[in-house]
Amino acid sequence: MNHVLRHREMIPAVLVIVAFAVGALQSPFFLDTRYLLDSSTLYVEAGLLALGMTLVVISGNIDLSVASTLALVAVISAKLLEAGWSLPAVVVAALALGAFLGAVNGCLVAYAGIPSFMVTVGTLALYRGIAHAMLGAQSVNVPSHLLGIDMAYVPGTVVPVSLVALGVIAFGIGLVLNRTVLGHWIRAVGTNEKASFYSGVPAAGVKVGVFVIAGMMAALAALHINSRLGVARFDHARGLEVDVITAVVLGGTSIFGGKGSILGTMLALLLLALIRTGMGVANVKAEYQLAVIGSLLVLTVVATNLGERFASRSRVKLQTQP
Amino acid sequence: MKASWIGLIALALVIGCAPKEQAATTSGTASGSGKKLSVVYIPKNTGNPYFNDVKRGFEDACKELGADFTTVGPATADATSQIPIIKEQIQRGVDVIAISANSPNALNQVMDQAKSKGIVVITVDSDLTGNESHRDACTLPTDFSKVGEGQVELLGKLIGYEGEIAILSATTDAPNQNAWIEKMKDTLKEPAYSKMKLVEIAYGDDEPQKSTTECEALLTKHPNLRGIISPTTVGVAAAAQVLEQRGVYAGGPYAKGMGIELTGLGTPDQMRRFVESGVVKAFQLWAPYNEGFLAAIIGTRMKSGELKPVPGLEIDALKLGKRTFTEKLELVGSPLVTFDKKNIGDFHF
Repeated sequence: MNHVLRHREMIPAVLVIVAFAVGALQSPFFLDTRYLLDSSTLYVEAGLLALGMTLVVISGNIDLSVASTLALVAVISAKLLEAGWSLPAVVVAALALGAFLGAVNGCLVAYAGIPSFMVTVGTLALYRGIAHAMLGAQSVNVPSHLLGIDMAYVPGTVVPVSLVALGVIAFGIGLVLNRTVLGHWIRAVGTNEKASFYSGVPAAGVKVGVFVIAGMMAALAALHINSRLGVARFDHARGLEVDVITAVVLGGTSIFGGKGSILGTMLALLLLALIRTGMGVANVKAEYQLAVIGSLLVLTVVATNLGERFASRSRVKLQTQP
Repeated sequence: MKASWIGLIALALVIGCAPKEQAATTSGTASGSGKKLSVVYIPKNTGNPYFNDVKRGFEDACKELGADFTTVGPATADATSQIPIIKEQIQRGVDVIAISANSPNALNQVMDQAKSKGIVVITVDSDLTGNESHRDACTLPTDFSKVGEGQVELLGKLIGYEGEIAILSATTDAPNQNAWIEKMKDTLKEPAYSKMKLVEIAYGDDEPQKSTTECEALLTKHPNLRGIISPTTVGVAAAAQVLEQRGVYAGGPYAKGMGIELTGLGTPDQMRRFVESGVVKAFQLWAPYNEGFLAAIIGTRMKSGELKPVPGLEIDALKLGKRTFTEKLELVGSPLVTFDKKNIGDFHF
């Protein structure tokens, strides 16, 4: 059993099964494929942000500004559409802007040597502040032919296109993390930055890189939320960074860097979505929902830490045995 | 590794212990007249006492009409926080969704989804201003076009129509708040109010802590402030608390000059002790109860096909008497009521 338990994705995977069972027991309306797939589109933005966040956290950093980046890109891209830009041009501009906002974070962390927590607490306020200053309480309407990406399905099925897109992007980022030099560097920087630097890893470049990817993921999420809601507003996704970090940590990525997986993050996000949807459709009160999600996070982190301590202790024992 | 399993079991218990829902609606013993209609009300957020009175209106009307009633709301009043809840209620197959909308436009698509499933969508208290086609009808607290004017006149009377005044609002994009503030500005342009000067509009986001901070900032920034209007129940209660603690209300121990008069829209239960102690002389509100009561009546009648709202149509609202649909298919709950020391004892919500 030990070899199964050693996988970081184990806890979220088991919890997903538990959540399915509990959800089905709680409400007769829960187990409905079409409904569950439809509801999943509410979590696509969090999923995109979580993919970028996973890389950032594995590199030993954190990006608290992802939801604010989303809001700023959402506002600016909607303004560009309103000004008559074509969709491809807006997509390119949005990705470039996301990459730029991420690079600002990354450069401050990598070259100015400021801890990522402090940098991104700052840009969390700054990016949303700019969006708020640009729009105030107004909202920009998205042209009607671009609405409803969340209600587009793979032809002949009930599978939402945006869910498939999230899966493909997750697969791609998973490949980068596990099969490329960049992925290896990200883990190396997160495990021991100094050691990685002396072994020739371009640590600063890697850090800028993960923040740029996080920014571009936020840009994709911005385009998705604009199409889903039909309006761009400064308060899009406010507070979503908490859900995103929850998913990453629940998914077994070590908040101290070095370890983590894309599969774990996606499983944890699925878990959060199932729990929210399950409790929501059973009319569980919002305050109970928060309490359950909070307990889930605390318990998982405790369980993972204890588990790791046990594992390392038994390793030590094995090594010291003659 | 044992620890992870203990964690998992504990977690399963936590989830399992969350309150289970009552028997599914389909299990109700339907009488010969067909199945009971189900009505759900989605307030802006939970924990806001104002909506409890709306709920009471729904409960009473649904009891009288023989409909099932439930209420479920988001933890925060963010623009998009109600979207998952609406989707959940569509999945539950409710007949009527009544909602106090947190955004005038972010809900358009999901509202259309509900309507396409044959669900009657009624907005309550806060409408989809500018996007009325995405709901079927609306119940409003009072004639909104008179709120701004009424509030300015009340504060004017309290401060002798002279001095610096400020507004403590909710969020920057709450549609009703902004409409009233516009009306207040228009009213202040009239000659009778020419000596009242609006110096700042602050936003407390309908959170007690933020409202308190914003109110304290107003007092610091504007030493000559004479009056505050807070047209939100959370804001006015927080502001009253600040004035009481600092003792700067008119007649208070630390009042500079004539002190500060506070008025706004508040609930009698929340404001009672401030009125009785003299911190607040008078404030206003309507009867939120009526909005819920009316919404339940028209929602169920529209679902059963008895009612098809058109502008100018008069309906029989049971114990509330007659009500008439406006051009935008709105029904008005009640006129504005002013509460003061004399009458507050008669109101309990």
